[in-house]
Amino acid sequence: MIHSLFLVSTAGHIFLEKHWKSVISRSVCDYLFEAQGKASAPENVPPVIATPHHYLISVYRDRIFFVAVIQTEVPPLFVIEFLHRVAETFQDYFGECSEASIKDNVVIVYELLEEMLDNGFPLATEANILKEMIKPPTILRSVVNTITGGSSNVGGTLPTGQLSNIPWRRTGVKYTNNEAYFDVVEEIDAILDKSGTVVFAEIQGVIDACVKLSGMPDLTLSFVNPRLLDDVSFHPCVRFKRWEAERVLSFIPPDGNFRLMSYHVNAQNLVAIPVYVKQNVSFFETGSSGRLDITVGPKQTMGKTIEDVVITVHMPKVVLNANLTTNQGTSTYDPVTKVLVWDIGKLNQQKVPNLKGSLSLQSGAPRPDENPTLNIDLRIQQLAISGLKVNRLNMFGEKYKPFKGVKYVTKAGKFQVRT
Amino acid sequence: MTDSKYFTTTKKGEIFELKAELNSDKKEKKKEAVKKVIASMTVGKDVSALFPDVVNCMQTDNLELKKLVYLYLMNYAKSQPDMAIMAVNTFVKDCEDPNPLIRALAVRTMGCIRVDKITEYLCEPLRKCLKDEDPYVRKTAAVCVAKLHDINAQLVEDQGFLDTLKDLISDSNPMVVANAVAALSEIAESHPNSNLLDLNPQTINKLLTALNECTEWGQIFILDCLANYTPRDDRESQSICERVTPRLSHANSAVVLSAVKVLMKFMEMLPKDLDYYGTLLKKLAPPLVTLLSAEPELQYVALRNINLIVQKRPEILKHEMKVFFVKYNDPIYVKLEKLDIMIRLASQANIAQVLAELKEYATEVDVDFVRKAVRAIGRCAIKVEQSAERCVSTLLDLIQTKVNYVVQEAIVVIKDIFRKYPNKYESVIATLCENLDSLDEPEARAAMIWIVGEYAERIDNADELLESFLEGFHDESTQVQLQLLTAIVKLFLKKPTETQELVQQVLSLATQDSDNPDLRDRGYIYWRLLSTDPVAAKEVVLAEKPLISEETDLIEPTLLDELICHIGSLASVYHKPPSAFVEGSRGVQHKRLPPRSGSGESTESPEGAHSGGAAIPEAVPAVIPSQGDLLGDLLNLDLGPPTTGVAPAPTSAMQMGAMDLLGGGLDSLMGDDSEPLGGDIGGSPAIGAGFGGTPAVMPASLNAPVGGGLGDLFDLGGGVGTTTSAYVAPKTVWLLAMKAKGLEIAGTFSRRGGVIHMELSLTNKAMSVMTDFAIQFNRNSFGLAPAGPLQVLTPLSPNQTTEVSLPLSTVGPVMKMEPLNNLQVAVKNNIDVFYFSCLYPISILFVEDGKMERQVFLATWKDIPNENEAQFHIKDCHLNSDAASSKLQSSNIFTIAKRTVDNQDMLYQSIKLTNGIWVLAELRLQAGNSNYTLSLKCRAPEVSQCVLQCYETVLKN
Repeated sequence: MIHSLFLVSTAGHIFLEKHWKSVISRSVCDYLFEAQGKASAPENVPPVIATPHHYLISVYRDRIFFVAVIQTEVPPLFVIEFLHRVAETFQDYFGECSEASIKDNVVIVYELLEEMLDNGFPLATEANILKEMIKPPTILRSVVNTITGGSSNVGGTLPTGQLSNIPWRRTGVKYTNNEAYFDVVEEIDAILDKSGTVVFAEIQGVIDACVKLSGMPDLTLSFVNPRLLDDVSFHPCVRFKRWEAERVLSFIPPDGNFRLMSYHVNAQNLVAIPVYVKQNVSFFETGSSGRLDITVGPKQTMGKTIEDVVITVHMPKVVLNANLTTNQGTSTYDPVTKVLVWDIGKLNQQKVPNLKGSLSLQSGAPRPDENPTLNIDLRIQQLAISGLKVNRLNMFGEKYKPFKGVKYVTKAGKFQVRT
Repeated sequence: MTDSKYFTTTKKGEIFELKAELNSDKKEKKKEAVKKVIASMTVGKDVSALFPDVVNCMQTDNLELKKLVYLYLMNYAKSQPDMAIMAVNTFVKDCEDPNPLIRALAVRTMGCIRVDKITEYLCEPLRKCLKDEDPYVRKTAAVCVAKLHDINAQLVEDQGFLDTLKDLISDSNPMVVANAVAALSEIAESHPNSNLLDLNPQTINKLLTALNECTEWGQIFILDCLANYTPRDDRESQSICERVTPRLSHANSAVVLSAVKVLMKFMEMLPKDLDYYGTLLKKLAPPLVTLLSAEPELQYVALRNINLIVQKRPEILKHEMKVFFVKYNDPIYVKLEKLDIMIRLASQANIAQVLAELKEYATEVDVDFVRKAVRAIGRCAIKVEQSAERCVSTLLDLIQTKVNYVVQEAIVVIKDIFRKYPNKYESVIATLCENLDSLDEPEARAAMIWIVGEYAERIDNADELLESFLEGFHDESTQVQLQLLTAIVKLFLKKPTETQELVQQVLSLATQDSDNPDLRDRGYIYWRLLSTDPVAAKEVVLAEKPLISEETDLIEPTLLDELICHIGSLASVYHKPPSAFVEGSRGVQHKRLPPRSGSGESTESPEGAHSGGAAIPEAVPAVIPSQGDLLGDLLNLDLGPPTTGVAPAPTSAMQMGAMDLLGGGLDSLMGDDSEPLGGDIGGSPAIGAGFGGTPAVMPASLNAPVGGGLGDLFDLGGGVGTTTSAYVAPKTVWLLAMKAKGLEIAGTFSRRGGVIHMELSLTNKAMSVMTDFAIQFNRNSFGLAPAGPLQVLTPLSPNQTTEVSLPLSTVGPVMKMEPLNNLQVAVKNNIDVFYFSCLYPISILFVEDGKMERQVFLATWKDIPNENEAQFHIKDCHLNSDAASSKLQSSNIFTIAKRTVDNQDMLYQSIKLTNGIWVLAELRLQAGNSNYTLSLKCRAPEVSQCVLQCYETVLKN
């Protein structure tokens, strides 16, 4: 099982270590540094590294390497899942997962890690249970701490949830306002080729919930068109049998925020592409220059407005500068990172945003071989692009009447246009 | 105020200050001090000097303080064992606390203190906790046993904790079960021989019940444990699969992958014709695809595993090609893996898309990725014959870009394409030669030199080109030197007059001026060959090379099966068996897929004989003597290009290679006298076990007189009968006159001179004249289409019959029909359009060049997964083997080899369909027995049934 954990900054500084069994010297991280030296970017460091006596399994998140050391045959996915869970827990506790925030809260971090693993076996990884045992820092408490000279972070209570057979929910939850909100968030992953034809498109959807209900509510969520969902994964609270039989989500929710389910729609014809992009990026054989012309417009938006459109282009290294004009939004080119960002904002039907101008290349350098890819970000409120719709939410087991709400939003995931 | 204050630099008196604070009377101050100590400890400062002071804080009711002190203890107890004893009492007391959570906390912490003296005191509280009334305590205690085992294994055994742990598998609480399983699995890993996890149907049932209710992590442990079980029969296997499938929808990818492992393994036992088998295959695809939308690290592990799954069961993901398309901001390790899988999934159906993608990738930034993409194009050409032309032109386009590393990669792969399709694309050589100067990598130079030598007769200035390389001979790498030597010798043999000087130069360079033994040896061999017998030299050096196999980097089947049992583990990421790398896994047992029950193939399996229960279904079905391979290679061995990177029969080498060498290879080299020796070595299971424990997939022929078998194999073909005309079925009525306003159509199919004909008799049974005939086919399985119009020249008067022979082509649109050989036809005349459907014998699709090279046959037979094999019995046939083979030959079923073992004749036959599908067959006939056994192996197993029908009709008519 998991032996040790090291947190390493991108600069190669090991700023936290935790051992669940015997202590392993931090010099084991040298193998990671070696791999990092070979990789062109920290993202490219391979997640599984073999060393003579150990295996390093790492994830790279928020500019931190989470490095787990294992000694025996352990499923790597198990380790990776766990490391991501650690990162998420930090995020949840401290609002951000960064070297500074981890250092600021080192005692909590240490306590959390102790609770999450026992001898390398996962113990409590549900945020609900952890929060019961170890209180997250709050502004109020840190103010109080400053005045009184520090008080306890560790809850006086013990993880009662651990004892129940619904380990994800605390007992005795009480709210004055009982509410249950669901966000259906869909991301479009797509690759369009030069001519705008769809090479590949799929939708990654999630339903995130924020449930603040007293007692032990038993919820049932049904969809207008559950047939869309043939590839789903659920939070452990969802009763799989009822889904199989009736295509409804029946569950006793955890308290607070959680991801109820995620799904995946990849039948090509079901994926509507909400924008069209016309682009022409070319570099001239002579004269060390190039031309860029990009036009974006709405398409298949089901009557909704497309907002927050941002186009990012990673230019080849030889592009020194860009002299561009646009009729909407702003464009900036960072000559250091070679990233062109065109922040467009809303897309109107009437005026079609366009960005064009010239690119200046390093003189004397050969014409770049590669074609930059455009990365598109966008957001459509009140629309799930797959057409998924929640039908109704019923509650059993409690008497009160909760507030209910469903919000839809569509975003671009990895949405790329090749040039 | 945050904890970062604890990180301020150590001042000299810090320890001293802390000591004072720890001994303070104020609770708050104490706690603050412990926090500071912990923070220092976290960042690696040594605060062990404070041990007694911190332990003094342990006796407290404050839970936070207690936990903090526990943390400290776990870290430093080892360095202060004597002091740690002081803490024991508190632990023992806490283990009796009325609050279960405190009991659990105490037993948990105690197990983490790795001090022998403490562990002795731990036994009693642990024993109590294992039987605690509260499941939370029991589950914590279960893990504690594993901890204790890690510290002192003997103690755990002596105290009988292992038995208690085994009992916990039957606990009523799923969490306890999961932890007990996890603990036992961990202990079992260091005790490979102990039968700790004794799985029987009862425990399996308990595990399956617990599976539904325990935490995600517990599910992983249970699934991994389930995967070690071998069900008794296919029904049990199916019921386990049914209960595991819901796990595929879990949000935790590790759970999903572990479930996939269980299913992949148990599926092996299900009969393939079972409906459930198909359902299961369908269910596996979506979760695998979903794994690819997770974080890149998860994707990487998933992709490594998918790579295995795709090799084992390509049908699962064959329609999911697009999810493997690379995004430009994927990390490089993901990109490379995706590319690998794309090639594995490439088929005629999707090759256009794949090529378009690969071409796109070849213009990316990352050099490694671009190189691999170019190589992938070459692999596509070799894998999908229909695409070869397009691949070559894509490669030429890429060469035109003149990007140095792209050109070099392209040349390396084009060399392989030449090997696969000789005499087809040599027109591109000129373009390649233009780029000679830009090649600076040994592999590319060697490939180019090989091409020049191989096609010396077509390159006018081949001698100049090779001479230019010769100038810097000593600076080249060995690879290039060897290649250059061979190429010049080839050139000399092809154009002896002009190149004498050159060959002498290279021979002297190789033999006299080089200190590389390989180079010298090869030089001398050539020299002697050339000087003693140039004709023989020609035969050796310019011998025809075996075609390279389709996929060059498939994992060897036994290893693949073992890896399938390790899906989701490190072994699956490294594609190596766990025994190869996991430290401390002494004598790890090799896991194997369970045998499929109830299907025909098990009857003939030679496995049953010596490997007891753990037979692998992969046993090479009794027929292909693997030494044929080896010897074949030896005979065909082209001494020229060993550096081509593509060994002739690369996939099945591995351990078997070694065995063959001992068994078959030696035998045949030494002749019949050595037979007993060879037989003994090869045949002894003991030796088989010695070779890394593979239960020796024994070539069955070793049991037979080896020398004889070989002889048979190598001098046949000649005896195969002369051509008799292919059997053509009598015409049958396809369209009844009453259904077609008086037009009656009867017909049959034939194949004459390589062309398929549809022989039709059109009869007019109506009262009026019929004219304007035309015919059309619906889309069909093999793309049959009329090659010309229906030639009915004169109008067909009433009661007249005309015979028409319609030539057919196979380039029409393709759609899979049910049955496969169904053909829907529309015939039009001046009256109306009529539709009918007919069945054509698949033999009309057997092409004339369907005779496979022996070596290729052997390699292909092994290459095709065993589940694609179908076995049939043909009854009431009274032909002897020669008559049968000549009869079959007339229908383009070619006999490649014949062997006689125990009075049983075995014919190895190959068939090629018009669409390039190869069907390999083994036909067994026994004198005096009218029942034949036919085994068919084909990458498209759907055709087997049709081929069987064709065998039956041909043999019986």
